[in-house]
Amino acid sequence: MSLSETTYGELQEIAARYPEARSGLLPMLHLVQSSEGRVTPEGIEACAEILGISAADVSGVATFYTMYKRRPVGDYHVGVCTNTLCAVMGGDLIFERLKYHLGVGNDETTDDGKITLEHVECNAACDYAPVMMVNWEFMDNMDPDSAVRVVEDLRAGTEVRSTRGPRVVTWREAERVLAGFPDDLADEGPAAGPASLVGLGIARERGWTAPGLDTSSPGGSDDSTAEGAAGVPQTKQEAVEQADTSRAETETQQEEGK
Amino acid sequence: MTADMGTLTPVLTDNWADDRAWTLAAYEARGGYQALDKAFGMDPAAVIEEVKESGLRGRGGAGFPTGMKWGFIPQDNPKPKYLVVNADESEPGTCKDIPLMMASPHTLVEGVIISSYAIRANTAFIYIRGEVLHVVRRVQRAVQEAYLAGHLGKDIHGSGFDLDVVVHAGAGAYICGEETALLEGLEGRRGQPRLRPPFPAVAGLYSSPTVINNVESIASVPSIIEHGHAWFASMGTEKSKGYGIFSLSGHVQRPGQYEAPLGITLRTLIDLAGGIREGHELKFWTPGGSSTPILTAEHLDVPLDFEGVGAAGSMLGTRALQIFDDTTCVVRAVLRWTEFYKHESCGKCTPCREGTWWLVQVLAGLEKGEGAESDLDLLLDQCDNIMGRSFCALADGAVSPISSSIKYFRDEYVAHLTHGGCPFDHAASTVFAPAGATA
Repeated sequence: MSLSETTYGELQEIAARYPEARSGLLPMLHLVQSSEGRVTPEGIEACAEILGISAADVSGVATFYTMYKRRPVGDYHVGVCTNTLCAVMGGDLIFERLKYHLGVGNDETTDDGKITLEHVECNAACDYAPVMMVNWEFMDNMDPDSAVRVVEDLRAGTEVRSTRGPRVVTWREAERVLAGFPDDLADEGPAAGPASLVGLGIARERGWTAPGLDTSSPGGSDDSTAEGAAGVPQTKQEAVEQADTSRAETETQQEEGK
Repeated sequence: MTADMGTLTPVLTDNWADDRAWTLAAYEARGGYQALDKAFGMDPAAVIEEVKESGLRGRGGAGFPTGMKWGFIPQDNPKPKYLVVNADESEPGTCKDIPLMMASPHTLVEGVIISSYAIRANTAFIYIRGEVLHVVRRVQRAVQEAYLAGHLGKDIHGSGFDLDVVVHAGAGAYICGEETALLEGLEGRRGQPRLRPPFPAVAGLYSSPTVINNVESIASVPSIIEHGHAWFASMGTEKSKGYGIFSLSGHVQRPGQYEAPLGITLRTLIDLAGGIREGHELKFWTPGGSSTPILTAEHLDVPLDFEGVGAAGSMLGTRALQIFDDTTCVVRAVLRWTEFYKHESCGKCTPCREGTWWLVQVLAGLEKGEGAESDLDLLLDQCDNIMGRSFCALADGAVSPISSSIKYFRDEYVAHLTHGGCPFDHAASTVFAPAGATA
């Protein structure tokens, strides 16, 4: 089945956001998933046609990134973090429990087409471990029982809210936002979850601030070009000596290449 | 350090508890976008100089001086210049940029404008990993608000400076945190690192001069411009200036984000976090994500700056402090990280693609109590053959947990062999472990 005219037009719209059209490919594939429920051969052809590249080129990209799916995804993609920290904190047990409860393996979808279960890598919420993602919304501080409740609510059509975000939308709706078409839910949810605010809370309690931030700002910067502060590298060699990796080291060699 | 400085120094995190902190109104109510006018009153070269003098070093892990990186952009090159923000935060344990963009995306946007002005870029990209939907929403909204308020677009604040910002969602690839792989992703290709030279500063995005900076680096820029380089440099240590967000996770009483001058110790941070989980002791930790060699309780007083952690045999990295107590099996932890690197290897370089696969084979055997003690030497030999032999640092990161864990916990590997499997009760490590559970 070919893509709708609307979708095709929106794919063109994405490509036009960039100085060079091919930069649009990642969001374009997100839009294909939103519209078709997965990366379809027709979607690949459409992207190739719009960008003037081969379908093989597009397929090569679509198979590289783990968020792109060749098989239909359920209404709700449930990702359980099983990278080391979350695994140790309980992620492994949550994932086992959900596999058993839903009767599916990794990267499989329930028969009712509601839930696709997958173990995911670190999702940058380690202070909320164990973490689960539903359509890439945070579900913080989970345990096996709360995880089962979430998937049961999702299957029953009961509203599920992210612990740091809005009510969970469908996977296809989420993919549309990732394609760069906002859904107007940015104002939902808190600014920060409790763990994000722990250090700030302690600082407030004890009256700790960065220098001068509780009063007027110190020291202007108008004479800033005068001389270097002690310890600040003035040459690329000094910077290399201070940098942490060989990557940073090679970074500085470009001047010699000029 | 100055006398009036707290142990914690909230700057980037300072507004996170504000009502609707992510909105333009809340950000401007705190003086947001005023540093921008100050920057516009300066010559772009002076902005670069200011950031150079502050001593700000890249907050994405490598610690390269940000201002110096900006200075590498050849201004005589007629091609357009680009700023690309690396918001692909994926290093295991790292969780600072995501809450920053969720709570205060305008701090990042203001930093993007000032930084673009400094390097004379008229187009900037924010490359956010795709797996954080609500963060993508918040940044999309912040950019939209900034356009409507005249902070983006043509002739910003009457300065004559134009800037367009594109928010770009990735699609799931750890490797895209590597800056040249990120550029490939942003050009619509498989995310595989490029051979250097040429370097991005000379030939980056679309072969044009490009600066790629981490979110926290760019978000630090408005405060440096607002308060001056001397203010920034008054925090931190001699060669590691300023503040940074330290992310504590794992077996501490209060995991979370703690913003402090560089050089704070883990002992202080754990103390602020209420200590290790009740009834347990610190066993091992990562200073800056899984790619930085693990450390132990003997390193509690190491200053968490680039030099201090380096001297202790590891790297400051992203200040992702993953804390594991005595219930945790180090072999299990390392095997899981290694499986991650195997999965995320982009496949371009043979030592990494094949090597990470072999590491998993040998480690998985050891974890099950199969194999022999000589497998430890085999592992270390494999590490030797992987380290430093690939385009990028992924493979170097992959061997860090293995070699460091064998260094500190060789006996525990051997115990798996003598025990015929893992001697630990994994349930005891979980947050929902029954009270009194032991290893």
